[in-house]
Amino acid sequence: MTLRVPERQARGTIRPWAALRERLLRLLPLDLLRGMALTFRRQAPSAVYTEQYPQQRPVVADRFRGAPRLNNDFETGETLCIACNLCALACPEALIVVGAERNAQNRKELTFFTYDLSRCMFCGLCEDVCPTDALELTQDFELASYSREGAIWDRPMLENGPTPKRYEK
Amino acid sequence: MSHRTTPDPLRGGPMTAPAPGESHLDSSEMILNMGPQHPSTHGVLRVVLKLDGERVVDAECVIGYLHRGVEKIGEHRTYMQFNPYVDRMDYVSAVSNGLGYCEAVEKLQGVVAPPRAQVVRVMLAELNRISSHIVWLGTHALDIGAMTPVFYSFREREEILKIFEKYCGARLTTHAFRIGGLQWDLYDGFESDLRRFCQTFPARVDEYETLLTENRIWRERTVGVGRLDATTCKALGVTGPVLRAAGVAWDLRKAQPYSGYEKYAFEIPVGENGDTYDRYRVRLQEMRQSCRIIAQAVDGIPDGPILARIPKVFKPPVGEVYHSIEAPKGELGFYIVSDGSLQPYRLRVRPPSFVNLQALRGMVRGALVADVVAIIGSIDIVLGEVDR
Repeated sequence: MTLRVPERQARGTIRPWAALRERLLRLLPLDLLRGMALTFRRQAPSAVYTEQYPQQRPVVADRFRGAPRLNNDFETGETLCIACNLCALACPEALIVVGAERNAQNRKELTFFTYDLSRCMFCGLCEDVCPTDALELTQDFELASYSREGAIWDRPMLENGPTPKRYEK
Repeated sequence: MSHRTTPDPLRGGPMTAPAPGESHLDSSEMILNMGPQHPSTHGVLRVVLKLDGERVVDAECVIGYLHRGVEKIGEHRTYMQFNPYVDRMDYVSAVSNGLGYCEAVEKLQGVVAPPRAQVVRVMLAELNRISSHIVWLGTHALDIGAMTPVFYSFREREEILKIFEKYCGARLTTHAFRIGGLQWDLYDGFESDLRRFCQTFPARVDEYETLLTENRIWRERTVGVGRLDATTCKALGVTGPVLRAAGVAWDLRKAQPYSGYEKYAFEIPVGENGDTYDRYRVRLQEMRQSCRIIAQAVDGIPDGPILARIPKVFKPPVGEVYHSIEAPKGELGFYIVSDGSLQPYRLRVRPPSFVNLQALRGMVRGALVADVVAIIGSIDIVLGEVDR
């Protein structure tokens, strides 16, 4: 499929009517007016796409990969994490540290869990490998902090999630 | 005048030494440093221009300001772990990068993605082609001075990015595909979202055309600017819309079909003059053709698994593989050498932007400084991919 460009012909070779038409079109900027008409048609306030953040917060998709969260069991309140360390192994940036120790029944128990958000690229590989759905990337997206240390989330922060300030309209 | 032999004109002296007895100040030629913070060099490209007045006598690209060592990172990550990094090369077409990488590794391992996964991949890759071309259109027009198209084009891009977000949870660095297929199945309403998009989008391309195609200012700025003929394109290895604008109907989706592209009816738009205007027209037509492919794919999504059988500990056999796909900017190739371990022994990317950028010097010679901006825009480079 070759795209033919309607190239204006060289002067002298064109027929007189075409030359007149050419000159008229030159005087009458139809091409520009068409564009302006289109812009004018699109001025309706209903066509505004701008979102008034932070008063108006975006609704992100269900699968959105945002802040990580360590899930607890709804009934018992205990962590779902079995300290298997798979997330730490899957992470390309090796930013997850899982601490565990054996309890009396010789079962691994989670002691600490740190997640360095400053290096995270939200690829979601950690939540993909989690066998118990303990680690999950949530819809929270406001992750700024005043210090580098604030970007390293410990277990309480991961379990409770961020609490960004909500603004009213 | 290779970069290695001549000193940096801004540090080590001028590109050409002044003749004996002649001070450099007498020369009418001037060295102008364009970039790396110039807004029209699309990131951090630095072009050292040798000017005679407003005419460009010579130009030299200096790259590397966005070098992150992606290829080296690949040697220290497992095959699965490297997947998100490819999104960050050409960040406006992350899905295509992921497709190229996953297909290359699958070829190395000898697995094929299931049919359902292939169709989904085609749909997302074509959506990504549209969104990449849309970004190009908006910024290129903005560079040249047309302010309106960028608002219109980003409106459609938003719809595409919403589909990406709903499908894989991220808008830009999608990490949409996995080696062997997909991680997620389609969300409820994916088909209707795509159908609605395919219905509305051609009219939106008509709007872009209304704003630009016949616009006399646009034509004055682009017709005949930055011509590159087919022979030069082939000699430099230029691919993608730049090559097709020069009249060569070369598209890897037709030439070496992958991921089931042979099943879809679409055409390769080809230009005649190989100038900036033709590149614009080729890309606009490609958006329409991509829309056609999506419409066909949506009607024929097969049922079945989305992930092929891939071992948990992924160790491809010893060997090497090269696989290339038609990314929005041209041929994107991945060359992977495996030594049978968990990580690639060597991973080399053949980025379209990097290779296409080599054509810049020939195109800007004799042009005006304002045209340099138009020409850089018309190649459609992303510096994240040039430097990697």
